[in-house]
Amino acid sequence: MSQSYREIAVNGLWKNNPGLVQLLGLCPLLGTSNSTVNALGLGLATALVLTCSNAAVSLIRGVTQSAVRLPAFVMIIAALTTCIELLMQAFTYELYQILGIFIPLITTNCIILGRADAFAARHGVARSAFDGLMMGAGFGLVLVTLGAIRELLGSGTLLANMHLLFGPIAEGWRIEVFGSDYKGFLLAILPPGAFLVLGLLIAAKNILDERAEARAQALAPAPEAVPSRRVRVTGVIE
Amino acid sequence: MALPRITSPHATGSNRTRKIMQLVLLATLPGVLVLTWLYGFGTLINILWASAVALGCEAAVLRLRRRPVGFFLRDCTAVLTAVLLALALPPYSPWWLTLVATAFAIVFGKQLFGGLGQNPFNPAMIGYVVVLVSFPVEMTNWPAPRGFEAVSPTLGLVEGLQRILGFSAGLPDAWTQATALDVLKVNKSLTIAELWAGNPAFGSVGGYGSEAVNLAFLAGGLFLLYKRVFTWHAPLGMLAALALMSLLFWNGSGSDSNGSPLFHLLSGATMLGAFFIVTDPVSGATSLRGRLIFGAGVGVLAYVIRAWGGYPDGVAFAVLLMNLAAPTIDYYTRPRTYGHSKPERGFKLGD
Repeated sequence: MSQSYREIAVNGLWKNNPGLVQLLGLCPLLGTSNSTVNALGLGLATALVLTCSNAAVSLIRGVTQSAVRLPAFVMIIAALTTCIELLMQAFTYELYQILGIFIPLITTNCIILGRADAFAARHGVARSAFDGLMMGAGFGLVLVTLGAIRELLGSGTLLANMHLLFGPIAEGWRIEVFGSDYKGFLLAILPPGAFLVLGLLIAAKNILDERAEARAQALAPAPEAVPSRRVRVTGVIE
Repeated sequence: MALPRITSPHATGSNRTRKIMQLVLLATLPGVLVLTWLYGFGTLINILWASAVALGCEAAVLRLRRRPVGFFLRDCTAVLTAVLLALALPPYSPWWLTLVATAFAIVFGKQLFGGLGQNPFNPAMIGYVVVLVSFPVEMTNWPAPRGFEAVSPTLGLVEGLQRILGFSAGLPDAWTQATALDVLKVNKSLTIAELWAGNPAFGSVGGYGSEAVNLAFLAGGLFLLYKRVFTWHAPLGMLAALALMSLLFWNGSGSDSNGSPLFHLLSGATMLGAFFIVTDPVSGATSLRGRLIFGAGVGVLAYVIRAWGGYPDGVAFAVLLMNLAAPTIDYYTRPRTYGHSKPERGFKLGD
């Protein structure tokens, strides 16, 4: 019984979103979402590690004993995280310095180990890699949304410092939404702001889900009238 | 002749929420009058604006939560939160500052937790701390009190409105002065006597303005105590702990002094906190002994923040920290129930 690619995508991006539903990986989610560029950098790194680790774990799933599977998974994830760390050091050194401890901490991100154990160890390579990509994309989308909202409230800008990730062509991407005399709602950039905005995002998702369900129920054909369930009947009870 | 059959309860309802809130609002009157006399109409404008915002936010969220709007608006709790918050904010703080603080207090501090009686933190202090952390510059804009026109003139109604709405082109730009708590915090080299000699507005103890304001809030608080709106435990705990701490760490009148006990009792938000904030029946401790401990914790923490922390005044942070501890305090200070020889406290085997 393997899920279709469509199901995997819906699960990762919305229904079973790691950031909004499973609430996994909260530490990097809250710690690096104070600006869009930080959030996007860490989201990309996590998605990359997640896709590669899911594929690798799926490849060795036939040969690992179940007693040692978790250490084996962690070794794979740690190796991939080191690769990402070195890549970021090479190409986006400033962003690497800003994100600091959160890059090595990708190793301990619960999403990655969770998907390795819950999905990749039971499915084929292609499906596992796709699941890693979709879960990573779902996490990254939440991270970037959170980062954008916090940056917007906290300093009144969007896409500031994007050149740290995309090089000199992104120098002019910075948008000042509220004009230059916006005071900056500092709380949004501080840790409490992350919890508040994440809570509001989860609430918004729940509202959307409820509305969708109500609409689906309204569209669905009304259930057939239950036939009378008298105790004494002569015919066959449906 | 029809004899109406009157059934119990026969209580006349003197302790209804609305009555109590109105009484507390009445008790803030001396403080409001003194603040208005000393600093002009800013406080009154703040109170009106904050109350309007609070009622608007409360009505909006109650509507979203499908609760009876009129019933909850009439109990005056939102207005009381707004008034306490407006008294804590500097007079003439810009309109958006009051708006953000009040909206946060009502929506995030109170309604999102479930409304009246469900909030673990004091809503007014939540609002205050949110703007204190977010907009530190605006939150330290205290004008000089009346009688010190050389530092800053006391504004009239129109000028005050201009200042609050941000049309202050014709008004002096640098017109605020540091409070005594600020000055004491940043002081490195001057003795207390030299500091006070250099700042005539500091009066004799805690700042000419802040002494009078604190005494006015003390009077209002004593009125509430007389009316038995709350017991003496929490306020006394806080004031005694603050006095004791400042006595222990007074350190004389040299340049490393942390201020005398009298200075700490009569400056900043001490009296407002002691009689109007730590006595909050919802977010504070419940048992009498618990209230004493709760108040003492606020006093100690407020002093620790004032003397060694990063902010000049620490009452708001101290109250929020102790609100977190209130359930635990209640757990360990349960009174003995009738019919039991010993009170049931703390964790038991099998819990």
